[in-house]
Amino acid sequence: MLAREDVLHVARLARLGLDEDELERMGSELSAVLDHVERIRELDLDDVEPTSHAVDVAGVMRPDEPAPCLERDVILAAAPEPVDGGFGVPSPGSGGE
Amino acid sequence: MTELTELGAAAAARAIHAREIDAGELFEAYRERAGADELNAFTWVAEGPPPPTDPAAPLAGVPLAVKDLFCTEGIPSQAGSRILEGYRPPYTATVVENLTGAGVTLLGKTNQDEFAMGSSNENSAFGPVLNPWDRGRVPGGSSGGSAAAVAAGLAPWAIGTDTGGSIRQPASLCGVVGVKPTYGACSRWGMIAFASSLDQAGPLARDVTDAALLLSHMVGHDRRDSTSVALPEPITLPTAEDLTGIRLGVPEELLAGGDDGAGIEPGVRESFEATLALAEGLGATIDTCRLPHAPHALSAYYLIAPAEASANLARYDGVRYGLRVGGEEDLATMYTRTRGEGFGAEVKRRIMLGTYALSSGYYDAYYGQALKVRTKIADDFRAAFARFDFIATPTSPWTAFELGSKADDPLAMYLNDFCTVPMPLAGIPALSIPSGCSDGLPVGFQLAGPAFSENPLLQAAHALERAIGFDGSQVRA
Repeated sequence: MLAREDVLHVARLARLGLDEDELERMGSELSAVLDHVERIRELDLDDVEPTSHAVDVAGVMRPDEPAPCLERDVILAAAPEPVDGGFGVPSPGSGGE
Repeated sequence: MTELTELGAAAAARAIHAREIDAGELFEAYRERAGADELNAFTWVAEGPPPPTDPAAPLAGVPLAVKDLFCTEGIPSQAGSRILEGYRPPYTATVVENLTGAGVTLLGKTNQDEFAMGSSNENSAFGPVLNPWDRGRVPGGSSGGSAAAVAAGLAPWAIGTDTGGSIRQPASLCGVVGVKPTYGACSRWGMIAFASSLDQAGPLARDVTDAALLLSHMVGHDRRDSTSVALPEPITLPTAEDLTGIRLGVPEELLAGGDDGAGIEPGVRESFEATLALAEGLGATIDTCRLPHAPHALSAYYLIAPAEASANLARYDGVRYGLRVGGEEDLATMYTRTRGEGFGAEVKRRIMLGTYALSSGYYDAYYGQALKVRTKIADDFRAAFARFDFIATPTSPWTAFELGSKADDPLAMYLNDFCTVPMPLAGIPALSIPSGCSDGLPVGFQLAGPAFSENPLLQAAHALERAIGFDGSQVRA
């Protein structure tokens, strides 16, 4: 069973706000899933190469040709808070880690 | 149902080419049906007539329903999530561009599980989609809106995406055809990402011919997605009426089901066996085969997909698009509140699971081990395809389940994907066709083949479809 501190630690890594109720449920739900998936740890796969991509398309190259991109105002139209032609964000403050 | 909308998509395209019907009238007939949608299958329906299309174009103005997560310029595209509320992308996904280039018109956007995470369509910010066969039941997911819209005749055909079964499973639960192509066959550019090494776009249609026709115009290399590949040959319309010489392998590990209650329902098994008997009657030979690592596919999948998702979904931070919550405090608090309020419960679970699997101290034991299991699963398939042309399984171990019945048990929900997750892990194509009904609910039959075997797969499915003679017209009425 994942301890409350573990859940809080992972939520912090993911920058994910969880309320009390969610914290509680997350611990037991993740534990149930981890208990299931953990079985693959018993397989002896020491000599097996990992696969991160199933279809072999290594070494894809293309000519490096400049092409137009979207206009600044088109991109900023979707932003919650455009400021002076850029993305507005709150102060980094001291809340970061 | 009007005569117009009872026409299949390929038949409608032919009728437009022959000037027997008018594309504008066809669009209007569907727009009316989609506008009166009682299944919550659509999140957006076209407000007016489409721009005029060339009646000689291959797809000749046949309307298309598009899963919400495909970016469509100026049209809401929020992947079923609150965090992308109001987002209207400044560009269109390659697959959608390919299809409109071939002549389809955009009928609407369809509901889905948030960020394609789910097997029931209950994880949508727009609320659940209802199964047209029984409105108290789920349509499957995550492409549940696309499957329900096609099954109910609200659209002639639709596109969806499949990461661990998200096209095939809802196709199965709604009684339509769904195809997950070989990884890379369709460009992922403009598809809102879930798990990039698994996500693939594909068609949902009333029959195999329509699915093949739609797929034939979706595929192709795209320089904007360097993982996309050109198929060795174009997708052709299937004509096969028998299965002479075809060797079908039935993997005993998947038929046995998992040891956590993923057992195949009796009605599903019955329909599966009846379909195998039909296949034999059409000339196929059938034998059991081994996929020794397949029972571990679900575990590998539920580590790899959440791990990739946790990275892909880091972009939703309230800065560039969509929702922002707070902003009076510091930046980190704004991120945390935006993500806490913008994501639904299942997406949060997967982000947590993926972040955990990638975190220091657990990376090798979970994520690293899952990537090795993935290698073994691909090896198992390679060995099986040395002896067999295709692998056959039920698509979903169950028929459509009641709304809410598994919503509180994530693991039970995940087990629904038992037979569909091994294929995307190996990057191979697979499709689901309706094989009949169990207690009045459709059952899906899955065929999987080696990479780039789309044409032979569609041929085999076409022959089987004719022999099965499934009739889904009652839910289109």
